Amino acid sequence: MSGEFHDGVVKALSNEALRGHLRRAMDSLIEKRLAVFPDSDELESLRHRCMGIRANALSKLPDLLVHLEARCEEQGIRVHWAETTAEANSIVLEILRSHRVERLVKGKSMVSEEMGLNHALEAEGIECLESDLGEFIIQLAGETPSHIVMPALHKSKQEIAELFHEKFPDIPYSDDVDELTAVARGILREKFMQADAGLSGVNFLVAETGTLCLVENEGNGRMSTTVPPLHIAVTGIEKVVERLTDVPPLLSLLTRSATGQPITTYFNMINGPRQPGEKDGPQEVHLVLLDNGRSRIFADEELQATLRCIRCGACINHCPVYTRLGGHAYGTVYPGPIGSILEPQKEGLERLGELAEASTLCGACGEVCPVRIPIPKLLNRLRWEGVRHDGSGETAGQGKRRKQSQALAWKGWSTLASHPALYRTAVKSASRFRRLLPQQLGPWTHVRKAPEIAEKPLRELAEEEGFSHE
Amino acid sequence: MRLLQREGLRVIFPRNQTCCGQPAYNGGYRDEARRVAAAQLDLFPQSYPIVVPSGSCAGMMKHHYPDLFAGTPWQVQANDVADRVWELTGFLTEVLDLQLKDLGEPVRVAMHTSCSARREMGVANAAEALLGQLQGVELVEQDHKSECCGFGGTFAVKQPEISAAMVGDKTESLRRTGAELVTSQDCGCLMNIGGAFEKQGDGPKTCHIAELLWERTRER
Amino acid sequence: MSDARSHILQRLRAVGRAEESELARPVASHPWSREEKLQRFTECMSAVRADVHLTNEREWCNDLQQILMTKGARNLVYAPATPHGQILQSGLSSGDIELIPYDQEIEQWKSRLFDETDASITSCHGAIAETGSLILWPDETEPRLLSLVPPVHCVLLQADQIYSTFAEAVENQGWAEDIPTNALLISGPSKSADIAQVLAYGVHGPKSLVVLVLR
Repeated sequence: MSGEFHDGVVKALSNEALRGHLRRAMDSLIEKRLAVFPDSDELESLRHRCMGIRANALSKLPDLLVHLEARCEEQGIRVHWAETTAEANSIVLEILRSHRVERLVKGKSMVSEEMGLNHALEAEGIECLESDLGEFIIQLAGETPSHIVMPALHKSKQEIAELFHEKFPDIPYSDDVDELTAVARGILREKFMQADAGLSGVNFLVAETGTLCLVENEGNGRMSTTVPPLHIAVTGIEKVVERLTDVPPLLSLLTRSATGQPITTYFNMINGPRQPGEKDGPQEVHLVLLDNGRSRIFADEELQATLRCIRCGACINHCPVYTRLGGHAYGTVYPGPIGSILEPQKEGLERLGELAEASTLCGACGEVCPVRIPIPKLLNRLRWEGVRHDGSGETAGQGKRRKQSQALAWKGWSTLASHPALYRTAVKSASRFRRLLPQQLGPWTHVRKAPEIAEKPLRELAEEEGFSHE
Repeated sequence: MRLLQREGLRVIFPRNQTCCGQPAYNGGYRDEARRVAAAQLDLFPQSYPIVVPSGSCAGMMKHHYPDLFAGTPWQVQANDVADRVWELTGFLTEVLDLQLKDLGEPVRVAMHTSCSARREMGVANAAEALLGQLQGVELVEQDHKSECCGFGGTFAVKQPEISAAMVGDKTESLRRTGAELVTSQDCGCLMNIGGAFEKQGDGPKTCHIAELLWERTRER
Repeated sequence: MSDARSHILQRLRAVGRAEESELARPVASHPWSREEKLQRFTECMSAVRADVHLTNEREWCNDLQQILMTKGARNLVYAPATPHGQILQSGLSSGDIELIPYDQEIEQWKSRLFDETDASITSCHGAIAETGSLILWPDETEPRLLSLVPPVHCVLLQADQIYSTFAEAVENQGWAEDIPTNALLISGPSKSADIAQVLAYGVHGPKSLVVLVLR
């Protein structure tokens, strides 16, 4: 990973156009969010409430999942469980095969990205079409989402215009957003009509009522879950909440935190397949519940907070590191701060532990998180997990980032700094011999001058001025 | 220290203080951080407030000591120390209600509030309130004011490219204000921002807020 | 498959957890009068380019006809078994607008619904002032796609059915006890900002949303 992430960083930073584009996009998202939270007391009490709702749900997670399953089955939604993404893919594949599905149309789903579902299905000869406009664009470009809410955020209007022109040469070139949107509308409406099945993610699952809630603006989610005769929803086991009354506050905080909208155009609550007498809606609805490391995260009391996430992306929008890099440099499904706590836990610290180090711990993410996940604290915790060697704890890849040289250096430092006399001697020598110290300090001095060491340590000055020191 | 003393406080500078332990803590080396932090706990036996002239050290002592020492024999002592920690500008405004008389020449100043001071210690406006009292100081505001400067301790070493991009943008924003002086309550940010300005050649001078307040208000 | 279920639940159950204390669940609301709710609803709808028309039981049919003609709609899909469907059959005077009943399963007329319809009309289950949202509970008489496929979607809303907040509607209407197969909140025409963060309307769903408020 180390080399991979570093390459991604260097590539992203050298793309001037991308950096300008990202900065403007993030500035505008930050501004929009701010505008819909004019009352900071209301915001804080809502955050507190939503944190409580999610924490409550996690505290009862196994029971809520069982209850949800029972309610769903009562209403005719078939529930499936998958421990791994491979298992989830084969469940989906089996359902599709039993219905002889050739064409699948997809609403936006980050869990399906996590599963690598498109590749898995295409390998089996099933056409998998992304219908969210942003996802459609990146699928055309053969890329992955660079943001969990706005997947094509990294692309400029001109890039998209050129892409459309290349892929649909019959349609005249245009970089007008309305025209580009109309092109996509035309193509995708045909696909909704023809699709044998629709696949979506889920924003919230309600245990009490067995409800699948979907949040969207475009209507592709509704199309995918209503027009084809078969609907499959895939989601993580952590998405469940206890009651229907938990949904309004979460929805309000989700849309406002994500895009600064008071609400999205559509909020779609699904409670079952087409009932006798109904004229539309899928004949069958399936729900696939994916674990993929979540139950392991669940086992740690502190790290469990990771699972409170409602995927609004506010932490990403406010992250100074993401703003410099964009999503692709991370090389993971979920980028930005949430990705940097979630991905190393899912994939193991050995491979992705570096992400927890790629943060200044500035706290901007934790400050905006609608469910108050203490992201900086969890990043710090994962750094510890990466180098601790006591063999306790649940985190995958624990201790795998420990390097002997580094451990020794910290050990030496701690000896020095826990023995005041020794420390004073060291500081004093640094002052006396400061002219002899190197002026080039590795990468630090590529863009900065080396810090100058004072002629006299502060302690000596304080003593000279007669400050008491007992 | 001179500033506090002038306000009638008795200032104690424990000579055995070394480091709060933050570098190791943020590097993931908690045992080493605890060892160093534990050596600081005995230095503040009396119930006096502990004033820290750096947001991130204050944040470490106030918010992370309780976690670091939880379940250890130092727990009670660590919580007691944490309760008494103040970041300097917060202490000057909230406890001392410091009134300042500016004796210096007119100067344009930009303030960079460190992330720890802003978000951990919750003193985002304290330094500006103090600077606002100085008649000769024209306080200018940089764009993306609340954004991190890119220091982040070991981050600057482990992710030098990202850190460089961030400090590059930060110095650019500060430069655009036309400020002659950039100040902050955090030595880490100042080392980062100041070091970058020096490398770039020209640019505002940097100095710690304590030094600025003292230099502009002291009778000569 | 059932293996996965038991393994996952086993792992989750192995984690001892103190019961979270019962959350206080205040129902968010606002002290708005009927007029204030209507005003807030109208403002929010207008902000997302939906058209809100004030009308009444007697005149809505004529108003609808005017609106459809300005929008150039040549036909209107409707649910014939609804009360407003009955009114339309006799009340829509102009022969310029063809009434198309949604009275068969979607599979029977998918391409016509997608390719040949210009507008649709539905009732609603009330509205939400705070966010400017319509509540729709599609059912066997009023199918789901009526509010999604035709490019212009018209909705009849009773003025006294506007709730302050979503939470209030969920509580007062007893959603948890009697939730329909599909429940929807619709807050404007279909839109996207996926291309360079520029807002575009009518991506997959209706390009235009018209609310006829009956007073």
